[in-house]
Amino acid sequence: MPPGEGVEVADAGAGVVAPPSARTGWGTIFLAILLVAALAFPWVFRLPYHRDLVIRVFLYAMLAQAWNILAGYCGQISLGHAVFFGTGAYTSAVLQTTWGWNPWLGLLAGVPVAVALSQVIGYPCFRLRGHYFAIATIAIGEIVQTLAINWEFIGGARGLTLPFQKDSLLAFQFHTSKYPYYYVALVLLVLCLLVSWWIERTRLGYYFRAIREDPEAAQSVGIPVARYKLIAMAISAAFVSAGGSFYAQYVLYLDPDSVLPLSLSILICLLAVVGGVGTLWGPLVGAALLIPLSEFTRIQFGGTGRAVDLLIYGGLLTTVAVFQPAGLVGLLRR
Amino acid sequence: MSIFTIPSSEVLIQGILSGILMGFVYALIAAGLSLIFGLMEIVNFAHGEFLMLSMYTTFWAYALFALDPLLSVPLSAGVLFLLGWLTYRGIIRRILGGPMLAQIFATFGLGIFLRAAAQFLWTPDFRQVSKAWVQGPVRILGVSVGLPQAVASVACLAAFGMLYWFITRTETGFALEATAQDRQAAALMGINTERMFALGWGIGAACVGVAGAFLANFFYVFPHVGSLFALIAYVTVALGGFGSIPGSLVAGVIIGVIEVLGGLLIAPAFKYVAVFVLYLVVVLVRPQGLFGKF
Repeated sequence: MPPGEGVEVADAGAGVVAPPSARTGWGTIFLAILLVAALAFPWVFRLPYHRDLVIRVFLYAMLAQAWNILAGYCGQISLGHAVFFGTGAYTSAVLQTTWGWNPWLGLLAGVPVAVALSQVIGYPCFRLRGHYFAIATIAIGEIVQTLAINWEFIGGARGLTLPFQKDSLLAFQFHTSKYPYYYVALVLLVLCLLVSWWIERTRLGYYFRAIREDPEAAQSVGIPVARYKLIAMAISAAFVSAGGSFYAQYVLYLDPDSVLPLSLSILICLLAVVGGVGTLWGPLVGAALLIPLSEFTRIQFGGTGRAVDLLIYGGLLTTVAVFQPAGLVGLLRR
Repeated sequence: MSIFTIPSSEVLIQGILSGILMGFVYALIAAGLSLIFGLMEIVNFAHGEFLMLSMYTTFWAYALFALDPLLSVPLSAGVLFLLGWLTYRGIIRRILGGPMLAQIFATFGLGIFLRAAAQFLWTPDFRQVSKAWVQGPVRILGVSVGLPQAVASVACLAAFGMLYWFITRTETGFALEATAQDRQAAALMGINTERMFALGWGIGAACVGVAGAFLANFFYVFPHVGSLFALIAYVTVALGGFGSIPGSLVAGVIIGVIEVLGGLLIAPAFKYVAVFVLYLVVVLVRPQGLFGKF
């Protein structure tokens, strides 16, 4: 590994490690305003379209942040996180359609399934480093997608349609107003941010960053590297799975192409990398900018199949990777 | 899900032969990737999109100037060489020695960008060279295979041979090899390593330029065409050993055959699953691949 390798990443995370004591006051006020704005949003913007857009921002920000826990803090770049999204979506959907489980229980059941799967994948694959690990996660993603397409029990390529029910908290369906969906997504995001915040400030976070900077050095000072990589993977998979279950309940239809594709795995990383990898706010900033951007281009160039959003995403991703590895958040911090 | 099915021996022989033929094409694509990796330990995640662009180059040369794909091989190779060179000068040079994350996402982003650009410019339509010089079946060893496939296969093998000759027998090839082994030492010996890196990217991309021109003879051309070939190329390079050029040839053939056998013995839907499982087994059991150096 060339010298200098970890150095820039260390810079990227440096601002996060040091507790910003000087601006804590302003930071708290800003956070409070942000939270109040998020809570009040559905009461100000009453169109379902706006709510839907922000729900998607929350969902993808949460997914990107969950990926960030594994890739940003712990340095294990997974390009197959759609596997856990699909696991969550399918677990809750299959439990509901086949055995009549309550969707909330389905969401909770998806988490241990995805965590178990993450350990099965992580245990062998964490022996791989860098590119090898990244390509292995792509390969696993492709394998899982093919298996799902050919597994009739979970609907195969046709996918699964969830029953349409009357609006109620118990049924996890709120079609007329959408705002309960909004709050569920917000709660998931805040939960994920809180866990990340907690990780950053505890031994877990220091271990993760030590592993990211130099696994051998981390091992030599007594950090059980393999175990902590698995812990990062488990936390990450748990949140992504919950996001997948939420998606299934929100859209009420899922198939391998919508919940397991490589493009979803890549979107998740892309938001985090553009926003600022290894930071608490980067993934949220990335999602808040890029998801509406994609929506906007779809309106501008709708129906032409021109993929303008991907054009911008790809260009941004390369630009950020080359010129500003700390992401947009890093740009703000300067 | 179907269980194992046993095909007739005739089908099996036919399958294996076409697998070997396709394997030579995979080998050339993978050789480009492997050359770049051997030089600077960077995986070109835009390799599939490079292939896609070479196929479009060939297609447009045919559609606009009625140039047969066989004739546009030098054109496609030249365009791709330039693209590879520019990619190095514009992007890769800046991330050498940078964090792993930047190394992965710089080329990944380029791939997304190129794919979206192709879709933006040329729409997602599937296009095809309809009246190529070579078409129809041909009989080899008593079984029939597509003539375009056979031509592509032989040509890619020849191109592979030339690449190998270039690297192992010419002055510039030695310089490339020296740079791959130790860039500081190579620089001390008066080798312009910066030039070698750019050249490596140019040649690596030109490999897919050649492969893409022949592929366009019998494969649909569309913006996402590269993704699958790229995934296969990663597996090929891993199996052959990252950085090993001869390894790519052996691995390409093995993967071509496994792909066909996976399709024949298990189910067509699972042929790529077989290839990806192979990747996982190789990197976990023998991370250096068949011919890897470390």
